[in-house]
Amino acid sequence: MTELGLYHPGSSWLHRLPAGLKLGSLLLAAVATHWLDSPGRVGVALLATVLLYAAARLPWPLLVAQVRPLLWLGVLLGAFQWWANGWRTAVDVVGVLVVLVLLAALVTLTTRTTAMVDAVVGMCRPLRRVGVDPDRVGLLLALGIRSVPVVVALARGVREAQLARGLGASPTAFAVPLVVRSLRHADALGEALAARGVDD
Amino acid sequence: MPVIELAGVGHRYGTGSAARVVLRDLDLVLTEQRIGVIGANGSGKSTFARLLNGLVVPTEGQVRVDGLDTRSRGREVRRRVGFCFTDPDAQIVMPTVAEDIGFGLRRRGLDRREVEQRVEAALAGYGLADHRDHPAHLLSGGQKQLLALAAVLVTEPAVLVMDEPTTLLDLANARRVAEVVAALPQQVVLVTHHLDLLAGFDRVLVFDGGRVVHDAPPEEAVARYRELVL
Repeated sequence: MTELGLYHPGSSWLHRLPAGLKLGSLLLAAVATHWLDSPGRVGVALLATVLLYAAARLPWPLLVAQVRPLLWLGVLLGAFQWWANGWRTAVDVVGVLVVLVLLAALVTLTTRTTAMVDAVVGMCRPLRRVGVDPDRVGLLLALGIRSVPVVVALARGVREAQLARGLGASPTAFAVPLVVRSLRHADALGEALAARGVDD
Repeated sequence: MPVIELAGVGHRYGTGSAARVVLRDLDLVLTEQRIGVIGANGSGKSTFARLLNGLVVPTEGQVRVDGLDTRSRGREVRRRVGFCFTDPDAQIVMPTVAEDIGFGLRRRGLDRREVEQRVEAALAGYGLADHRDHPAHLLSGGQKQLLALAAVLVTEPAVLVMDEPTTLLDLANARRVAEVVAALPQQVVLVTHHLDLLAGFDRVLVFDGGRVVHDAPPEEAVARYRELVL
């Protein structure tokens, strides 16, 4: 979980590509999945994606770590599609989902957050005319990426406290303290951002 | 050394019947290089620390740093006064170590080369060079606090305010942070419960009930504080 979607240092050609180009390509790839309408095509897309991971010289366990969180969603989605539309559609839908998650992860794994933020800020610059602050959008992206492991750690802490007090698998006993802790963290983070001059 | 002045400062949270007074009657001039702040939980230490870089603006009186009022010149004050919090997790903004150290510099519009040079120097200076591209959340508690410290100090503030920076650390990491702080050329205002960190300080303020009840060199102030709480 700790390796989920975070920059993995390297010097491959994928690492060296401009962040904006990678984000643009990801967008195009997402649109292109519209044409992945047969198991054969999905298989080719999956193979191409795996080859991109190889080209980026990323360790295989990292690839597996990106799709592991999709396991239950994939199983449920695949089972439903099989039941409703047949096995071909099930393979298409789950396959496209896996390809997209892997490609998105490939972008974050091979791109420093600062480079990604700079690219997003650049893309958002024309929106300044309609009142959008591009720097804020970039900061939002950085904080979003940074917050994933924080919330995971908070959830782990809440779960351990739950088990220690013998509360079993109560959703309320899990969700309420997690939300409270997350809000407290957000408050502290806001204060830290102010201290570092973000509001200035 | 910078001059921090507090004139008739008081602060309350909330209004009307729900108002809670946390600081009152503070008139201080801080010019020393090492200033400690001690007191029981809820005595107003953390709010006092936050006044010094304008994170909290007093409801009464004025706080000035080198003549700059935190109420009207907050931006300039924050450039002079860096702040280090208790929980480093809450102040690490960027996902990797080097990116977080560079965050404040990038916000200030420094060019890429200068940011990189300063980041590399900070990584080396705080023993984080081997963790350059590591996810910040995977560092140990002590390393995270050093990262938080490095991220503040890389912007070269004239004053460093630290709110219980060693509270969450073990003895070895607390000592490491204390060593780093001891070597700083800046003026340091340290809020702490670790009284041994105050050895060698120039001045220690003891807070109780939102007031400074003792203002003395460390040995005397710590002795008075012990009398107060024990």
